[in-house]
Amino acid sequence: MNVLDVAQNSVAAGATLIFITLEANEETGLLTLTIADNGKGMTAETVAHVTDPFYTTRKTRKVGLGLPFLKMSAEMTGGTLGIESEVGKGTTVTASFGLHHIDRAPLGDVASTVGGLIQCSPDIDFVFTVRAGGEEFCADTRELRAVLDGVSFAEPAVAQWVREFIEENTQPILQRSNII
Amino acid sequence: MKSLQELAAIRDRMKQTVNTREAAHDTTRVVVGMATCGIAAGARPVLNAFTEEIARRELSGVLVTQTGCIGLCQYEPIVEVTTPGQEKVTYVKMTPDKVARVVSEHIIGGKPVAEYTIGAR
Repeated sequence: MNVLDVAQNSVAAGATLIFITLEANEETGLLTLTIADNGKGMTAETVAHVTDPFYTTRKTRKVGLGLPFLKMSAEMTGGTLGIESEVGKGTTVTASFGLHHIDRAPLGDVASTVGGLIQCSPDIDFVFTVRAGGEEFCADTRELRAVLDGVSFAEPAVAQWVREFIEENTQPILQRSNII
Repeated sequence: MKSLQELAAIRDRMKQTVNTREAAHDTTRVVVGMATCGIAAGARPVLNAFTEEIARRELSGVLVTQTGCIGLCQYEPIVEVTTPGQEKVTYVKMTPDKVARVVSEHIIGGKPVAEYTIGAR
């Protein structure tokens, strides 16, 4: 999953708090990924362009594939991609996937993805929630930060703990719901 | 199960080492290319291996971080190691089992593992 690419947009938008939510719903048959930030947001015009692979704000090259890829991988499973954004308030990207659709990409190593984000953007707060089969797990770096009392999430020992903490708590939930 | 007490213990250990550590320019940086090309080539297990090895050896003043596409996608996973006072060393086609040697010989020992670097290609 290219959550990293998309969440990196939030980091680049100067967000200080990013919510990443993964929710499986057997009733609707959808797996929904939501990335919500409090970054600088986008104008309606920009929102209209961001799923165009030949649109990007960066200067290094002329293509930007994060959101176009996410849109494609959602739509090929019968899902959708939605973007809500307001300048100065932040952006919410919601991608839904057909939960049991044969073309749904595997979730991959969720703990490493989210753990890596936290490790590499140690000053940003993340709230990562997994909801499936009536169970829920939520990792909130604001709570962990309070425990850390000034020690950085970039410290390898801390980063490793965070990744294992997420893995231990999310794997069983995802496994019991047959998502991985 | 991981507990918050465990995290608090890590914090206490880190605080002790942070106090004895010198200024930020003494930090060694391990930068892993984590763009699509890097991840596809297996950069994530490499990043995890560095994190684990450095945590296991309880090294202080070493940070593992990520960057985007370095521009040499055919050589991914690429890892750049910057140690204070030395030129940046670029390791190519990294795997988790190469990590222990880079940590012990280069990051601790100060001598880059020449055969893994881009210059050896």
